[in-house]
Amino acid sequence: MSDNTTAKQSVWITGIGLLSSLGEGNDAHFKAVSAGKPRNLETERFKPYSIHTLVEPDWSQQISRRDMRQMEPWQQIGTYTAGLALDDANAKDEELCGRMDMIVAAGGGERDEEVDAAILKDGRSANDREALVTERLSNDLRPTLFLAQLSNLLAGNISIVHKVTGSSRTFMGEEGAGISAVQTAHARIASGQSDIVLVGGAFNGEREDMLLLFELGNALHHGDFQPVWSRQGEGSGFTVGSAGAFLVLECADHARKRKATPYAELKSVAADHGPRSPGAAAKRLGSAIASLGSTGKQAVLSGASGCAEVTKEEAELLASNLPDAPVRGYGTVTGHTIESQFPLGIALAALATSKGEFFAPFEASESNSDGTPDSIIVTTVGHWRGEGAALIKPVKDEA
Amino acid sequence: MSKFHDHKGRPIVAVTGAGVVSSLGQGKQDNWDKLTSGVSGIHHIDRFPTEGLRTTVAGTVDFMNVEPRTAAGLSFALADCAAEEAIAESGLGKGDFPGPLFLASPPVEMEWSQRFQLDSEVDDPEIAGYKRLLSAARKNEHEAMYELLMFSRTAERLSDKHGTKGLPISLSTACASGATAVQQGVEAIRRGETDAALCIGTDGSVTTEALIRFSLLSALTTQNDIPEKAAKPFSKDRDGFVMAEGAGALVLESLESATARGANVIATIKGCGEKADHFHRTRSSPDGSPVIAAVNNALNDAGVAVDDIGYINAHGTSTPENDRMEYNSLKEVFGERIHNTPISSNKSMIGHTLTAAGAIEAVFSVLTLQHGKIPPTINYDTPDPDIPLDVVPGKYRDVPVTNVLSNSFGFGGQNACLVLSNDIV
Repeated sequence: MSDNTTAKQSVWITGIGLLSSLGEGNDAHFKAVSAGKPRNLETERFKPYSIHTLVEPDWSQQISRRDMRQMEPWQQIGTYTAGLALDDANAKDEELCGRMDMIVAAGGGERDEEVDAAILKDGRSANDREALVTERLSNDLRPTLFLAQLSNLLAGNISIVHKVTGSSRTFMGEEGAGISAVQTAHARIASGQSDIVLVGGAFNGEREDMLLLFELGNALHHGDFQPVWSRQGEGSGFTVGSAGAFLVLECADHARKRKATPYAELKSVAADHGPRSPGAAAKRLGSAIASLGSTGKQAVLSGASGCAEVTKEEAELLASNLPDAPVRGYGTVTGHTIESQFPLGIALAALATSKGEFFAPFEASESNSDGTPDSIIVTTVGHWRGEGAALIKPVKDEA
Repeated sequence: MSKFHDHKGRPIVAVTGAGVVSSLGQGKQDNWDKLTSGVSGIHHIDRFPTEGLRTTVAGTVDFMNVEPRTAAGLSFALADCAAEEAIAESGLGKGDFPGPLFLASPPVEMEWSQRFQLDSEVDDPEIAGYKRLLSAARKNEHEAMYELLMFSRTAERLSDKHGTKGLPISLSTACASGATAVQQGVEAIRRGETDAALCIGTDGSVTTEALIRFSLLSALTTQNDIPEKAAKPFSKDRDGFVMAEGAGALVLESLESATARGANVIATIKGCGEKADHFHRTRSSPDGSPVIAAVNNALNDAGVAVDDIGYINAHGTSTPENDRMEYNSLKEVFGERIHNTPISSNKSMIGHTLTAAGAIEAVFSVLTLQHGKIPPTINYDTPDPDIPLDVVPGKYRDVPVTNVLSNSFGFGGQNACLVLSNDIV
């Protein structure tokens, strides 16, 4: 299923908010990604896993201390980043935020690891584990922790802190949630249903409860760091990265009226999913890319995870279908950011587009780029399910 | 504007199939018979020990035969059951549904039984907590557990089985999720992206920990003695909601496409409205403005006036704050007319099915339109004098209804309203 590329309204990216292991803000990200190397890679604390850890911002720039206390880190990352995007779009206006639509891609919140560990320990010798769980959770859980865990409470916090209240939807489901969020936001604006949408996601990778989830699926890379396309065989898997990525998407007419400057146009988005029999993900991704309507000199920003089989399939597909396009696996630099991965790629593509540049290779297998691309294709292939692609182009008409 | 387009020139969205499971039973017939007879599905919890818990009643669904029983597994089974019924009624191809899936599903985490299992797989007494669980995860294969825990998994299984198209959307807007799933389907059809959509809300997440979490927020009733009487929306002595499980599914189609294939149209979704609240994480703005805006947005979107609404399917959770806020907000929109408009809460009988509630109540709204029968609010023994509503107490009422307003509100400032209609059926 793809959006039609003959949309009624052009969809502009007029605001970008980024916070990750590379730092805070658009300039820091453009510079760090241009340098092509990860930063703040933590290799000891979560051994055998490396993690791209967050550069802590001055939270008070976006979130009051009172509101900070009501959130766990993943909500703080998202709320902070959403604020950056709104500031960047010059959209922190009561009337505007009051009618702004919002779609957030979210996972689950942090658990209280100490409470869980204590219950597990005592559970080993308990006669009645169920009674133990009941008693301990009743006494030890912080009442407000639930709200810091609920998936839709990132959006809820953005409403409270930044007053975005036109609508509020939260999509769940790992990488696919981020793909669907951007696709739906695009469709709303292209069809004339929305004038302006805040869309994005946040992920805190510095959590053992989250690592556990992915290790159960053998999805994590172990040992020394490797760039994504090199993670084959034993090195298969992703290295998580903490990140928030939010975009303000806006109908061109609406942006012109309020004199907002676009970074780029989000031309089209396509997505699909299905079982991962050999070649199936590549076939679906190929169809998605083909439906974007891309022409001219192209480049690809791939959100490839590093999970060996699908990453290899994606590399082969891109080499065969877009042989002249330079490909960059941005997960090498940012880490794999799950729900944020697709919005993050679109943000990086928009920054590159607005500067008329493309990124130098992140690893030996990536070919040099030859001048400025006419358009950038962003891909995200879920480590387990879901394939998405988007087309980013320069805005021709800024008048 | 043709007969297939609405007052704003958008494709009219028809309902051609509906399915439901709740603690009352499986399927529309069983649920409707009990719902109109004022039967409660609330009972003492026997799924897990309740000693020491402040709340010991719930509307769990215990007849689904899911082994091993997990919240994710039960949520899938409930959704699948409702989807089967809805798709069968629509007459659309089995296993090849011609549109996308929008699924409201609970954000389900790892269960304690799974944590204990992982914990037991490691012998080294020195490793503790999540390091120990991670060690177990590295040591042995746990693919089944992993699949169960992916947030996207319930939607993927449903999509694979029923053949829906594209990347399925799993969503959460807390207790408004079911209504949001319907809204997503309506919007996709209106935008012309698809002729059909499968919209489901499901929740099978009544576990010890979920109950404790809501209990710690003082959201649940503690009136455990007579479970059937615990949920008492709009009563003076209401003291919290009753957690419950279930699923509701709707097959939506553009009226044009439904008509072209000769499908039986059972209702239309005339309008949707929403508005987020920035007041507080769990409480509504004291002036009710976001709820008022959500209701007004739904009425405007539907192109109907308050006089056209013949029945309101309330959110009606039975918490002190929700019911008062819902009344105050409706009074702002409806004026004095609100006192003569029948309004009832299905939650008095099925409890609060959380993520599924909006979808289940949309199905019950469709049944209300079809049968010209309004289900009652039960346990209305002590009316709250501050909420002078016609809650259809105790017994169903035979009233032909043309337009229903269905309300859903949730934590995180979520407010979503639907207007369902039978005026062109």
